[in-house]
Amino acid sequence: MGKTLAEKILSQNSGSDVRAGDIVIAKVDLAFLQDGTAPLALRQLAASGLEQISNPKRLVFFIDHASPSPTRELSNDHALVRDFAAKNGAQLCDIGEGICHQIVVESYANPGEVIVGADSHTVTAGALGAFATGMGSSDVAMAIALGRTWLRVPESFKVVVGGSFKEGVYAKDLSLHLIGVIGADGANYKALEFCGPTIDNMNMSGRFTLANMTVEAGAKVGLFPSDDSTRRYLESRGRGDRFHPLGPDPDADYEQIIEIDVTALEPTVSMPHAVDNVALAKDLKGEKIQQVFIGTCTNGRLEDMAIVAKMLKGRKRHPATRLIIAPASREVLMAAMNAGYITDFLEAGATVLPPGCGPCVGIHQGVLGDGERCLSTANRNFRGRMGNPQSFIYLGSPATAAATAIAGEITDPRELL
Amino acid sequence: MLRGRAFKFGDNISTDDITPGRWFHLRSNLPELAKHLLEDVNPDFVSQVKPGDFIVAGRNFGLGSSREHAAVIIKMAGVSAIVAKSVARIFFRNAINVGLPVLICDSDKIEDGDELEVDLKGGKVKNVTTGSELTSGKFPEVMLSIIDEGGLIPYIKKHKDFDIS
Repeated sequence: MGKTLAEKILSQNSGSDVRAGDIVIAKVDLAFLQDGTAPLALRQLAASGLEQISNPKRLVFFIDHASPSPTRELSNDHALVRDFAAKNGAQLCDIGEGICHQIVVESYANPGEVIVGADSHTVTAGALGAFATGMGSSDVAMAIALGRTWLRVPESFKVVVGGSFKEGVYAKDLSLHLIGVIGADGANYKALEFCGPTIDNMNMSGRFTLANMTVEAGAKVGLFPSDDSTRRYLESRGRGDRFHPLGPDPDADYEQIIEIDVTALEPTVSMPHAVDNVALAKDLKGEKIQQVFIGTCTNGRLEDMAIVAKMLKGRKRHPATRLIIAPASREVLMAAMNAGYITDFLEAGATVLPPGCGPCVGIHQGVLGDGERCLSTANRNFRGRMGNPQSFIYLGSPATAAATAIAGEITDPRELL
Repeated sequence: MLRGRAFKFGDNISTDDITPGRWFHLRSNLPELAKHLLEDVNPDFVSQVKPGDFIVAGRNFGLGSSREHAAVIIKMAGVSAIVAKSVARIFFRNAINVGLPVLICDSDKIEDGDELEVDLKGGKVKNVTTGSELTSGKFPEVMLSIIDEGGLIPYIKKHKDFDIS
């Protein structure tokens, strides 16, 4: 019997023949933390008595969640992280650099690696064929000291995607649809492995969106084969030498096979307060929206900015709808600026934020008022997520978000194409 | 043997419910952060919970973020174990890592306010109020060892590495 992608990566990593259900001690190729999880990890590390960092070149700290700091307490947390990184020769991405998951794919992740991050959306790097998974502060603290972590090899679901996206329908719509099918805990502890002709033809930006959202079905990891798209992406990032082809064996054993034809998909929205609570955008027409947020590790890439700029060009946001846009990284912001997108955003009445998590995590930069509704391109719409338990969050694609900002109510983007 | 009362919660209690993002700036001040535990779901929970009591939940408890603070402040509130139908993956690992036991069983048989007795070693949850008994699913050996040592940090302090042979 052949191996799934998860079994293959963890077998190669541990130098043993492992199968779903086995426990492995995996070598950690990259570890990272962000400003919300790093301070606790550093305290746990001190408590453990372990002082050495196993591989500071492959340990990255990101200040992206509360960035720049809105409070004195967080400024002190940031100082703790900066100081530790400097003393230990670890990598630091300070304010303005962008969201950890975006920078990890831009600059660090490679096929076949095992990556642990103290943030649930670490799964994003699975799009590059890396076994990338989120963990808590203690786990990542021990991983950075020992250079190893323990993992249970997950069972895999094979997600076979076929057909062609209709105009106005994107990877984000597929992702929300898929989570609606699987459920918010339908893939708990499992690997979701994507394949099929639509995946073969999908650019890395779409794959990052899909991988990023797999944790919203409970998955431990969301894996894509390493193929020509992966090679082209790595080459464009100066890491062509790190490419190698990687895929599951044709006779691998999957716990479940899910087949989706995207040709029939329509713009899809998650309704409050659960990601698997999905509906079609066209069926939510009339739902007034006070704030639209475009960005995050799910949909803050240049490809997303391009879609939004095209829709906003020559149009204005609805006067009753605030529009907030945060490019995912400094590179995305610079490229969007050079392409003229930022001008389009500002002329449409948008507020452009520095690269970072922005209002997604409920700390600052767009906290919702009581009873307000937001349509966001993020990955989570839990009650209270954006800082107010009396508010309501809808999730959609960048195109749906832009159309909604223009119309002031949830709008199928095909109406404005 | 652990003994205490059940505080019942529903399905899909997220880490944003357990430790809301608006208190992000208190993450390095855990006693203050703990005052806001589960406040959007049950505002009386923190004032009513007593050392030894249990959180009893439905499906997918702790879904969402990797914030270990969620498990830490539940433990700080005195909760002796989580009893749930299922627990989200990252929260499950975090709970074990901070020495907060998790039992997986059919929590529909427990009502809010029921008196429970939990035998961690045997994985048994006895509902003293109704007389019924539930059995928890099994954990991997490595998790049992971490639970035995009271969490990941004390485990690593003692073993110096992952010892799973």
